[in-house]
Amino acid sequence: MSSALNKLTIQQAHDGLKKKEFSSVELTKACLARIKKRNSELNAFITVCEELALDEAKKADEMIKKKKPFDGSRSKQKMLLGIPFCVKDAICVAGARSTGAAKILDNYIPPFDATAIKKIREQGAVLLGKNNCDAFGHGPSNENSMYGPVKNPYDLTKVAGGSCGGSAAAVADNMCIFSIAEDTGGSIRQPASFCGVVGLRPSYGRNSRYGIMPMASSLDTVGPMTKTVEDAAILMEIMAGRDERDATTVGDKSIKSVKSIKNLRVGVPREYFESEGMDKEVKKIVEKKIKSVETHRNASIKIIDVSLPMTKYAIPVYYIIVPSEDSSNLGRLDGIRYGVRAEADNLYDVYAKSRAVGFPEEVKRRIMIGTYALSAGYYDAYYRKAQKVRTLIIQDFNRVFEQVDILLTPVSPFPAFGIGEKKDDVLAMYLADVFVGPAAVAGLPAISVPAGKTKAGLPVGLQIIGPRLREDLVLKFASLCEKTK
Amino acid sequence: MKLDIKQIEEIARLARLELNEKEKKMYAEQLSVVLDYVEMLNEVNTDGVEETCQVTGLEDVVRSDKVEECPPDVEEKIIGNFPEKLGNLLKVRAVFSEET
Repeated sequence: MSSALNKLTIQQAHDGLKKKEFSSVELTKACLARIKKRNSELNAFITVCEELALDEAKKADEMIKKKKPFDGSRSKQKMLLGIPFCVKDAICVAGARSTGAAKILDNYIPPFDATAIKKIREQGAVLLGKNNCDAFGHGPSNENSMYGPVKNPYDLTKVAGGSCGGSAAAVADNMCIFSIAEDTGGSIRQPASFCGVVGLRPSYGRNSRYGIMPMASSLDTVGPMTKTVEDAAILMEIMAGRDERDATTVGDKSIKSVKSIKNLRVGVPREYFESEGMDKEVKKIVEKKIKSVETHRNASIKIIDVSLPMTKYAIPVYYIIVPSEDSSNLGRLDGIRYGVRAEADNLYDVYAKSRAVGFPEEVKRRIMIGTYALSAGYYDAYYRKAQKVRTLIIQDFNRVFEQVDILLTPVSPFPAFGIGEKKDDVLAMYLADVFVGPAAVAGLPAISVPAGKTKAGLPVGLQIIGPRLREDLVLKFASLCEKTK
Repeated sequence: MKLDIKQIEEIARLARLELNEKEKKMYAEQLSVVLDYVEMLNEVNTDGVEETCQVTGLEDVVRSDKVEECPPDVEEKIIGNFPEKLGNLLKVRAVFSEET
């Protein structure tokens, strides 16, 4: 049994620990062994905290032995006790080096946990390490990491997706039980689709953003990457809620309130299937999956053809708003108070040189686009215009959600692409987010669940988008989609 | 919108980024491509449309204005992250040079 412990889901691992079928140390060792075996190939981790993990696992075992933490009503509170997990490197974890995949933070050890991570660690979950990602979440391929690209566990010549490629690969390859990641414009859902795992972007404001390395403050979300929809729901119940340290969080914690999804009206927006560059095989797989949901005998689901005409404007809106907010947020990284400082004679050069060597190409590109878009004389033409079109994208969704309860779409127009394939084509890379961008711009919850595989064996994801704060509906429906074939 | 090397140098100065000549050329080309692409937003009529600055609808979120003590071990870790220090003080280059 112990050789396969790393393959367990949260629910299975919890049940096993509760019944004392294995210990947290055994479970943790199984994950660490898998990391040791595979990480040199996949590059899913920037930092592995082996000693810390074993120490935390030992403590969890002692607690299980002495304090009976799983008894009665307390069991729900300790769902994650002794369960090994990892975290995207752009999220701060106390005591664990957190680089954000950029050399400017190569030596940075946060003195605090991000709120979402604090809630998970308070349950007694065991930290395995920090996952590789595109630096500060910039990119859909994980090739913008200064620690090298993550490789797709299904084909080592392909990307794992981005920005959370490391989290997706670690979950898909059973190097951990789950990973906590971050989605600004598709960073959880797209790699989840490329690696065949479950990835949920919650509604903006559902989980606290405190302690994540900020990218675009008006879009950033923290979410789970897991092996099942059930696990994603477990983590959402733990992470969600109001946080005094993030004024945009909402108090609502209703993650599982919907009881039945019978007679649900499901919208299929045609713009997501007629897009330029749409891979025929991906289209077929997603359509087949939708059919399987429609014909599921217990569901009585009604599929409705809908239109979201503003879809194509989401990416241009995204690539004005995000770099603008990025350029402002990343101002804090200047080699002064923490991180790596370059040697220079005067203050200006300390800033300019620290940032020149500490940021990869894409981070500099975004900072410059944003600096330009926000500069005097251009603000109205770019940032303000994008904010207005953002309103129209939100209205587009609002209108459709009067006709249907939920939307089904592909996650990505294509399966995982080759490492290096799009590297020199900035625009092609940006357009990889064409189906994941709109929900992000509108602040909606959306999940990627596995829909099937291409003939070449690459996973393809189905995206489920719900109205704001309807994670309950999204998760419940996702668990149905997970079952249909 | 075409950006020239001079404009790139000015943007980089504002953004506090040192760029070499090769990078300046590359970013001039790439930023122009991106700016051309986002021009498509001009197709959209936004007359009378309100801007979206945030999507939560929350207003006037407040908390009590009380000071939280920083535990000594956290303080130590924050100071431990200083790139250069003098005792417990953060060391930086002079903000005002003699010429200014």
